[in-house]
Amino acid sequence: MKKHKSLLLLMTLILAIGTALAGCGSNNNEGAGSSGNKPKEQVFRMNLASEPPTLDPGQAQDNNSNTIINAVFEGLTRKGPDGEEVPGVAEKWDISEDGLKYVFTLRNDARWSNGDPVTAKDFEFAWKRVLDPGFAPAPPYAYQLYYIKNAEAYNLGELDDPDQVGVKAVDDHTLEVTLENPTPYFLSLMSFQTYYPLHSSVKDNDKWATKAETIIGNGPFKIASMTKGQKIELAKNDQYWDHQSIKLEKVHMSIVNSSATELSSYRNDELDYAGHPVGNIPTDQLAAVKKQMPDELNIKGISSTYFYIFNTTQEPFDNVNIRKAFSMAIDRQAIVDKITQGGQIPAFGFVPPGIKGEKDEFRKEVPDKYFEENIDEAKKLLDQGMKEKGYTTLPAVTLIHNSDDNHKKIALAIADMWKNNLGVQVQVQNQEWGVFLKNRSALNYQVARSGWGADYNDPMTYIDMWTSGGGNNDTGFKNEEYDKLVKDAYATDDNAKRMELMAQAEKILVEDNQVVMPIYYYSNVSLIKPWMKGINIDFKGDLDFSRAYVE
Amino acid sequence: MLRYVASKFFYMLVSLFILISATFFLMKAIPGDPFMGEKKPSPEILARLMEQYDLDKPVFQQYTKYLGNIAQGDFGLSMKQQNQSVTDIITDTFGPSLRLGLIAIVVAVIVGVLLGMLAALYHRRLIDSAAMILSVLGIAVPSFVLASLLQYVLAEKAGIFNVMGFDSPLDYVLPVMALSAQPIAFIARLTRSSMLEVLHSDYIKTAKAKGLNWMAIMFRHVIRNGILPVVTYVGPMTANIITGSVVIEQIFGIGGIGKQFVDSITNRDYTVIMGITIFYGILLMLARFMTDIAYAVVDPRIKLDGGKEG
Repeated sequence: MKKHKSLLLLMTLILAIGTALAGCGSNNNEGAGSSGNKPKEQVFRMNLASEPPTLDPGQAQDNNSNTIINAVFEGLTRKGPDGEEVPGVAEKWDISEDGLKYVFTLRNDARWSNGDPVTAKDFEFAWKRVLDPGFAPAPPYAYQLYYIKNAEAYNLGELDDPDQVGVKAVDDHTLEVTLENPTPYFLSLMSFQTYYPLHSSVKDNDKWATKAETIIGNGPFKIASMTKGQKIELAKNDQYWDHQSIKLEKVHMSIVNSSATELSSYRNDELDYAGHPVGNIPTDQLAAVKKQMPDELNIKGISSTYFYIFNTTQEPFDNVNIRKAFSMAIDRQAIVDKITQGGQIPAFGFVPPGIKGEKDEFRKEVPDKYFEENIDEAKKLLDQGMKEKGYTTLPAVTLIHNSDDNHKKIALAIADMWKNNLGVQVQVQNQEWGVFLKNRSALNYQVARSGWGADYNDPMTYIDMWTSGGGNNDTGFKNEEYDKLVKDAYATDDNAKRMELMAQAEKILVEDNQVVMPIYYYSNVSLIKPWMKGINIDFKGDLDFSRAYVE
Repeated sequence: MLRYVASKFFYMLVSLFILISATFFLMKAIPGDPFMGEKKPSPEILARLMEQYDLDKPVFQQYTKYLGNIAQGDFGLSMKQQNQSVTDIITDTFGPSLRLGLIAIVVAVIVGVLLGMLAALYHRRLIDSAAMILSVLGIAVPSFVLASLLQYVLAEKAGIFNVMGFDSPLDYVLPVMALSAQPIAFIARLTRSSMLEVLHSDYIKTAKAKGLNWMAIMFRHVIRNGILPVVTYVGPMTANIITGSVVIEQIFGIGGIGKQFVDSITNRDYTVIMGITIFYGILLMLARFMTDIAYAVVDPRIKLDGGKEG
């Protein structure tokens, strides 16, 4: 009996050890996997925190989709290393003196990944497709094309004839675009995905963007394979006109929504890049990362603002002095240093750095000195506001944010600062994303977290959202003077005057009314392996790896 | 037998209908829509999207239309993942979950039963204590903690495995370990106690006294009877593992159906929520159904035509 029992024990042991050995054994043949070395081929490995919802440039709105679309398609212009417009499919362009007419000349050697030439018609087709009111599902970014003459009217069904939209392929290599208003940043929009061309084959295939084989692009890479929910692989596109400049042969994107796993894989040399804009590094590990891999950590200020909004239609924040008091009574530097820890900059204005002004950055031309942190002043303003409202005690205040560790830490810190500095009790409540958005847009809140990033490189992308009744104005703020400034800024072609008008508008928004409480300007925090060169992160924090290489 | 199966099947359909209806109305009761985001679409575009997906109709009308569609086998298009049909999403992502789940089940049963048997045979000895400590740990440590720990120790530090991915057979090792730890622990305890019971029963003593050889006693009597509770546990466990690998899929970056399910709820991707719920529902009910039948077959005390359903 005893003998047999030991036999059983032996079997179990063999099973266990065998499994472990099998593991070690085959791994040695794996090579690149985990052996702490740089890859032997020109490959770039990165992670997407979520699966791109679409690879159709006409439909895409999010960072994950854009990162892939930017690698697979190319517009008339593309962004150079410093964010400037450099020729893409268009070799040159002429702009009329009134700034209303653009004539693009397309290069002869631009080709689709199947070898077909890229023509002006492909642009006209793609743009009108997005604007077509019958297109399902309706592209939310159609408004990005509203700068074009009659585009909005056609998209909203007020105009039936697509020929009246101001885009026309004069011949295969000439594209003529007429605008509604002079738009100084129109050229930079040409490298925005909604303006990318499409191959004519998409016309007859609704599902073209869901399969690697039917995605015909004109960019530096093509889609090699897609495994749902798991990975997307790109391969170099030999048909791309500038293929000599492209050194990477492959791009491997895993899809994992766990910042801990992402960092772990980076440490294990399974990734060459981790972090923003498409992934995440856990904030609680940032300090360790800074210590262990200071040379690989890459922190860059980007054009996005983290802020709280006040509901100006609900007590007690229908009083401007109370709003000002709350905004003055927090310590932004402490939040940035102790909580976010990623090189963010305390914000006192709404337009972030990196956005172009008249000659230099807007934020340098118009410093964000709209208010200062000052606890004594804040207390005075709070008293004054309470007197104006006839309060003896402040009504209960609740601050809402969407469920996320960082948002929660920041909210708790701010509530604590309000308690210590102003003596007010603020309840912090976290809400699920959808519930949160619904409450915010229904003005069913008092103070709410918010964030905003640029659509294009101009202060207008931050300013026009606060007009009365604007779709993204979730504060109930209505101000005729503000609306007029925005309208005037749209109508003028004098850039200096535009900047002046937008600066005035920002002053009304922040200094005079304190509708928003700016907290910090975002930064892009990422880790890049020492052997990866030529990765570029632009002013918005968009990732461009097209010219990257392994050294 | 036929009547038993037929009545079970009928109840399955009724439960499925209740599941569909309850999920549908609860899902519609959550605030939000598939098109929400930090940047909202303009009111005109939002109205058009709502119309295109029939979300502008009264909820009850949406419900009857949906029932009509699924009766014809049409689960619709995802509202978030553009132009992808729900059926495609389920078939594309169920494969990895199924592979991972089945391997975990096989590992759990083999290792669990072996561990339980060892513990029973070496009752109150060192091996028994070690096995039981292991199994208490297995039950107590949540799978996501174990998963992160395995990633850290075996991948990041020891460098034996990849932290994430699901390509080579090696990539299965860590997720399978994380996923099967709990069932292993459970099965080990189950096997141990039922084996102990069997080992101390009179008929084993009789068999020993008659001088039957050890192998014969073990295989003909002890294992066969001792393993019965495990059989009944395997059914629900299978369903649990296959549907419950959500966290493990997230942590190891496996493109499985659990990940899709969680994302669909966050995104208010109504058609995908419904599709996967129905799919999971059918899976769980089938597992239940088969366990019932297996139980009836294995254990003759359960009367097939009797009033068990009563």
